[in-house]
Amino acid sequence: MKKFTKEHEWISLEGDVATIGITDHASHELGDITFVELPNIGDQASSGEVLTVVESVKAASDVFSPVSGTICEINQELENNPALVNESPEEEGWICKVKDVDSSELDDLMEESEYRAYVEAL
Amino acid sequence: MENLKMTPLHDKHVSLGAKMVPFGGWDMPVQYNGGILAEHHHTRKAVSLFDTCHMGEFIIRGKNASQELDKIFPRAVADQKIGFARYNFLLSDRGTVMDDLLIYRMGEEEFMIVVNAGTIESDATRIRSLLPSSILFVDESDKTGKLDLQGPKTVEIMEKIGFKKADLPGVYKWIKTTVKGIPAIVSRTGYTGELGFEFYVAADNVGELWDYLLSFPEVKPAGLGARDTLRLEVGYPLYGHEMDENTTPGEAGFDPILKLDKRLSSFMCEKILKDPTKKTKKLIGVVLEGRRAARAGSKVLSTDGKEIGTVTSGMFSPILEKAIALTFVHPQYNFVPGDKINLEIGGKPFPGEVAEMPFYKAGTVKMGIV
Repeated sequence: MKKFTKEHEWISLEGDVATIGITDHASHELGDITFVELPNIGDQASSGEVLTVVESVKAASDVFSPVSGTICEINQELENNPALVNESPEEEGWICKVKDVDSSELDDLMEESEYRAYVEAL
Repeated sequence: MENLKMTPLHDKHVSLGAKMVPFGGWDMPVQYNGGILAEHHHTRKAVSLFDTCHMGEFIIRGKNASQELDKIFPRAVADQKIGFARYNFLLSDRGTVMDDLLIYRMGEEEFMIVVNAGTIESDATRIRSLLPSSILFVDESDKTGKLDLQGPKTVEIMEKIGFKKADLPGVYKWIKTTVKGIPAIVSRTGYTGELGFEFYVAADNVGELWDYLLSFPEVKPAGLGARDTLRLEVGYPLYGHEMDENTTPGEAGFDPILKLDKRLSSFMCEKILKDPTKKTKKLIGVVLEGRRAARAGSKVLSTDGKEIGTVTSGMFSPILEKAIALTFVHPQYNFVPGDKINLEIGGKPFPGEVAEMPFYKAGTVKMGIV
């Protein structure tokens, strides 16, 4: 199950583990990404709170966690190659994984088609 | 939303896929399709074309114009030769910077002053107020188109246009010429730290010149985003960041080029600029260990955590692949390159070192071309 937020994060849930990243639209809007702050494994993510920071040449942008849980994996590849978020934002450019996720937290998020329509209307 | 001005090239930027942003009251391209990093690297190794039509151009003419301008500007004007351009500063009554600009000596008593876009009106008012009414002042900004061609391979393009190397103007010199039949003033100036030329033409002709220069496959358009990373990487100040009406040219690090002790005649705010006790801050460059940038307004911290200054510009350096920053620190600190220093990002200190300027040292700006 893959869902989207109004703040342009995507979340993909398998069992109780969610993979989180920023959307294709967000990466395009930010431009060249030069830095991704990787959260610490074991830290708590809280729904609606700042999860991490993504920087482009021009600005820093907060990434919000769509769900609550425990950070269980980070995309180490981004440490030296943050441009991967531009190249493949919704696949190889994932940022982190969060475990112990309550799937009902995804209920209010947007489906892909809804999100694409939301972006179109911006 | 405010009414943004558009340069004559606006439609061309849009059709090239540029992302347009407001800058100094203008709707300008911040980047084209390839992105800021690609434009930055292309400028460092090949040739980029920038639309700088938003900048202002004033003509000053009349008997004793050179003497009158000499009284206003902190760098001497009277001894400037025809055919040369010189970087200079427009001062407030407190000796602080109202704008940084270029003064071209066009004739014995004729000058062109090139100013930043956001300050055209305030500069015009200020300069008019300081000049006697016998001196003609004309704001030619709307009638003038300006393009910057920048990068180490610019000379190859100039040769393809038809210039002989020996006829190209030297560093900070200008020539009157034609480019593909278009009358132009071409100067060896720019703001990227690379070899390059700026073209001043009639606004009506700038679209044709833009298309012609972009017809060379080596030349790619670059936006204000790359212009900003390029200038910061070579430590050039940007008005509104490293200089403003709270900053004197000396505080921004320009005492070495002002050579105030060698001025032959007196000028506005001379006492203030010559008084070292009036300096309240000092500009230094910082290279951080990591990629995360401290942005303008971030705190500068000593290694023991004391707040000692403020970041004026900060971003990721595409060439160094580290974050860099220009900062103002209190003048009591005598930093030398290599000294440890921290910049605060998101409430946390990030380690770095005081840098020897410029951050990027291999720029071709002064390279000989003959």
